[in-house]
Amino acid sequence: MALNNIWVFAQAANGAPTSATLELLTKARSLSSNVTAFIAGSGAEAAALGEYGATAVLAVEIGKSLPGVAIASALKSVIDGGNTPDLIMFPQNTEGRDIMSRLSVKLDKTVITNNIDITDSGDGVTVVTPIFGGNTLVSTTFTGAGPFLAAFRPKSFAAESAGGAAAAVTAVSVPELGATGSAQVVAVHVEATTGPKLDEANIVVAGGRGLGEAPSFAMVEELATLLKGAPGASRAIVDAGWVPYSYQVGQTGKVVKPTIYIAAGISGATQHMVGMKGSKNIIAINKDKEAPIFGVADLGIVGDVHKVLPQIIAALKAR
Amino acid sequence: MGSLSVTMSLMNVIVCVKQIPDPAAPGALDGATNTLKRDGKLILDDSDAYGVEMALQLVDKAGGGEVSLISMAPNGETAGLRTALAMGASKAVLVSDPALQGSDALTTAKILAAAVQRLGGADLVIGATESSDGYTGTVPEQMAELLGLPSVTFAKKVSVEGGALKVDRQTEAGYDEVTCALPALISVTAGVVEPRYPSFKGIMAAKSKPVEEVTAADLNVTPVGWAGAGQKISNVAQAEARQAGEVIEDDGETFGKIVGFLENLKVI
Repeated sequence: MALNNIWVFAQAANGAPTSATLELLTKARSLSSNVTAFIAGSGAEAAALGEYGATAVLAVEIGKSLPGVAIASALKSVIDGGNTPDLIMFPQNTEGRDIMSRLSVKLDKTVITNNIDITDSGDGVTVVTPIFGGNTLVSTTFTGAGPFLAAFRPKSFAAESAGGAAAAVTAVSVPELGATGSAQVVAVHVEATTGPKLDEANIVVAGGRGLGEAPSFAMVEELATLLKGAPGASRAIVDAGWVPYSYQVGQTGKVVKPTIYIAAGISGATQHMVGMKGSKNIIAINKDKEAPIFGVADLGIVGDVHKVLPQIIAALKAR
Repeated sequence: MGSLSVTMSLMNVIVCVKQIPDPAAPGALDGATNTLKRDGKLILDDSDAYGVEMALQLVDKAGGGEVSLISMAPNGETAGLRTALAMGASKAVLVSDPALQGSDALTTAKILAAAVQRLGGADLVIGATESSDGYTGTVPEQMAELLGLPSVTFAKKVSVEGGALKVDRQTEAGYDEVTCALPALISVTAGVVEPRYPSFKGIMAAKSKPVEEVTAADLNVTPVGWAGAGQKISNVAQAEARQAGEVIEDDGETFGKIVGFLENLKVI
């Protein structure tokens, strides 16, 4: 089937569309000349969204509601009004997942998450999902009629400007939500970070359970700072409360593709590997020589991070 | 109820739990159906232990009520449910039906939402942010929509104050404080609470706790399995393997190798 009408969930941070948004718009415009971005707020980002391929913007003012139920309800009203997309693309993150879940029930359509690619053969729309830590790629074809709902992992597509004009903005109001709308944001907390952003850094130094205890994470941060990189973490030490969630690399956290990824005391669980396997160069330090991380490392050191990290730090400081 | 006035606030919580193959064992696909193999012994998904613990704590704090479990498995497996019952849950509904094989996330949500209704609903429904084997991560929010409930996903701190939920909801940049009326549904992150280990007494008691087994037809959910899935697997391929490089034992001098590696890439 032809994809004549594609919608993309767009998000903004500090007044600009996120990189995941621009990646999805770039892919969407390669599949269709009719790409609509829908976004929370007033649509102030229409110029940048248009530049990357959006031909229309649906702006949904959601106030203090969580985006999931509010935006899904607004989109349902647009679809009921006769504007029916063939495909709706979401970034694989908190808000994307919530909206697509609510919408899937409203439309009674399946969802396919965690994808890294999409193709339209004319006979069917197929998405590609990595499983088992990315060792196996599963292609899944949507059956039946659209809209097809699919979520894509960050960095699946390269964002490229199309030089498009600002997209026309249509405001869409949120219908009465009844009981489902009672969840309200009463305060927003932003955790302060310094240095480059984890998912944009050229060098990432990440620590895991092998560090032994929370204070040892300071070594990871020190090395990251010396290399002008960003510190990251495995899910195990985020769950243990050593570092905030914003540090997490992996399936449930950030996807990183830096020039150099240094894994310190990380064994390489599937959940972690999917978030860092795309790094250009991987250095791993781990006590266990059987650790799966060595299977993807360009340079693997079987050793104690408590010995090796301080030596590297001292050597860099001495330069 | 007569003239007796009830002042104690009871809290009934339903927790969705998934029984999965041991994550320590390497995953495999069934060659015939291309679905994840789930035929061996199944255990309680670690991700769900947090929800069970959270439910037990909320009921405890409310001064009464009970924690019920719902689960779906094609093969009648109850080992994972027994673990959660041993932690302190009171009863469980297991939707077990070979026809469920191949069900997509939406069908799973329909089944679990019907199981919630079979239990008469609850003040709070709790799910995990995502399972440790399938990672789809949409089922709780889909259930909320099916049940007409408000929802707060990615909850990392949860309390009930004055009959309403107060949740710290994890975000990309930090967290949001969210309030929400009950009844509601939340999905909790790992680490939200420290799951207790079942005591010996708990394990013994769990053996006699009621687990009701029902089929998809009992819940009036059709179609299920492959027939209900709006998707079909069209290909399975091996990804291009990343070549492992040099692995060396640390002799006290290997840090120099790393420094040299960084030098070669001109980052230092």
